Amino acid sequence: MSGMTMTQKILAAHCGKDKIQAGELVECAVDIALGNDITAPMAIREFRKTGASKVFDQNKVVLVPDHFTPNKDIASAVQAKTTREFAKEMGIKNYFEVGCMGVEHALLPEKGLTKPGDLIVGADSHTCTYGAMGAFSTGIGSTDLASVMALGTCWFKVPAALKINLHGSFQPGVSGKDLILQVIGKIGVEGARYLSLEFVGDGVKNISLEERLTIANMATEAGAKNGIFPVDDIVLDYCMERAHSKGIAYTADKDAVYLVEHDFDLSKIPMTVAFPHLPENVHDIEETYQQKIKIDQAVIGSCTNGRISDMRAAAAILKGRHIASGVRLIVIPATQEVWIKCVHEGLMDIFVAAGAAVSTPTCGPCLGGYMGILAAGEKAIATTNRNFVGRMGDPTSEVYLASPAVAAASAVAGVICGPQHL
Amino acid sequence: MILKGKAHCYGDHINTDVIIPARYLNDSTPEYLAKHCFEDLDASFPQKVQEGDIVIAGRNFGCGSSREHAPLAIKASGVSCVIATSFAKIFFRNAINIGLPVLEIEDIAANVQEGDPLTVDLSQGMITNEKTGKVWHTAPFAPFMQKIIDAGGLINYTKSKLEEGK
Repeated sequence: MSGMTMTQKILAAHCGKDKIQAGELVECAVDIALGNDITAPMAIREFRKTGASKVFDQNKVVLVPDHFTPNKDIASAVQAKTTREFAKEMGIKNYFEVGCMGVEHALLPEKGLTKPGDLIVGADSHTCTYGAMGAFSTGIGSTDLASVMALGTCWFKVPAALKINLHGSFQPGVSGKDLILQVIGKIGVEGARYLSLEFVGDGVKNISLEERLTIANMATEAGAKNGIFPVDDIVLDYCMERAHSKGIAYTADKDAVYLVEHDFDLSKIPMTVAFPHLPENVHDIEETYQQKIKIDQAVIGSCTNGRISDMRAAAAILKGRHIASGVRLIVIPATQEVWIKCVHEGLMDIFVAAGAAVSTPTCGPCLGGYMGILAAGEKAIATTNRNFVGRMGDPTSEVYLASPAVAAASAVAGVICGPQHL
Repeated sequence: MILKGKAHCYGDHINTDVIIPARYLNDSTPEYLAKHCFEDLDASFPQKVQEGDIVIAGRNFGCGSSREHAPLAIKASGVSCVIATSFAKIFFRNAINIGLPVLEIEDIAANVQEGDPLTVDLSQGMITNEKTGKVWHTAPFAPFMQKIIDAGGLINYTKSKLEEGK
């Protein structure tokens, strides 16, 4: 039997086996099970049908009302209420009410709920974010979540792996978002379907933890079951500070098998934009700028790019500038902690002076919920993760995906461009 | 179990945002979701779909969000089965979990036209295009997955596991 990947080792450790291989079905113990205001109500409905009277562990179920909250309408209020009342009834310790909540995948690491070697499932496809910290984390559905809440276990088909070797470091202004868009552009939106996307190489140390979170976050956009990074001091320092634990760092065996390997030289990654209507439609910024694509709205935020480094990157471009006439800029710090840091660091002043509307944390416009819905024919540049038909509003509207620096520069210019074009 | 219905054909990468747009995720009632199924892809779908009909698609069906509202909307529309070249991972397990049969057939999209009458024999794993006479055989489900299907979905399976533990 061949060696195991990082992902396979974590799954093996959670199903009590020494060795597992790709394709095998395993039933694993779950460390964290996550739901939000859209997926939890359905999970709660199914959970009741199992006959369970309590959740498997009050400390391991995490509920974050972040999608349509603060409640956008009466129906959303009902869903948030269902989630809130269930959390209270079950004595769930990690329920984050409006005022404490943030966009879930930015919030959990901040609250110390994710660490190396953990097995995390969430009824949200971007649960794969925590792979940045050397955890196995993946999105599941609401019925799966119901079953996990009752049993504390979840079944998985052990994924084969695709290896991404990273070398060197980014040019100034280029970020993790540009890299993951390039990776998706290269392998396609189903390039990693059912696979684990394992990021390794000497370039990893040159990528900040927040950027790694962005990269792992969009692994699902390539169809991957999970994305994962090796654990280094950057991760360990963060986890000691936040979770007061180092977790368990798993490394891949030397003879681990990878179906495909790709190499990326970080110094050659350009600022990148994914055109409608698939994240794989990538174009570099110079080529994009030539097209003079006029935008109606720019959105900076989401579980992909709503962290403090994203806010700083946007503010660095917006400082001393004002957005173009006819453009709406919506900035959404992903958590309360990010929000207050924006105040303390003077970023809020920059955003408001530039003409931005700054929102309380919410997923809001990313999935076409609220707080920036597009009308027919409108175009937006967004630091979010999907640009499918109708994703941010009317089915004839368009979403272009990019980094915070590109989104901020585009808001200033009124056309999609990089900071170098201002 | 024998399923019979007309084919509704769609392309590759049919994502969960077009299966059920997020603007309808403020309510998870199956009937409500069914009213908006495929709205941003084919607005006429809710009117034309009939009980038992079958959705045919290409690669990566159900990619995108983990919303279980997507397979639920399809099932509540009366669709009896989805057959595609391939499925996105979360959609596939969600469909199995809620009891919507999903079958992978490599060349299905190329050999079924809109409106073709299809018959699916689930226990035999046999699909027939009644118009062209073409027949396909599917690979059996993995035994663990079959156990979930036999139990009538993941919730019944969970229930029996909880009872075992008592």
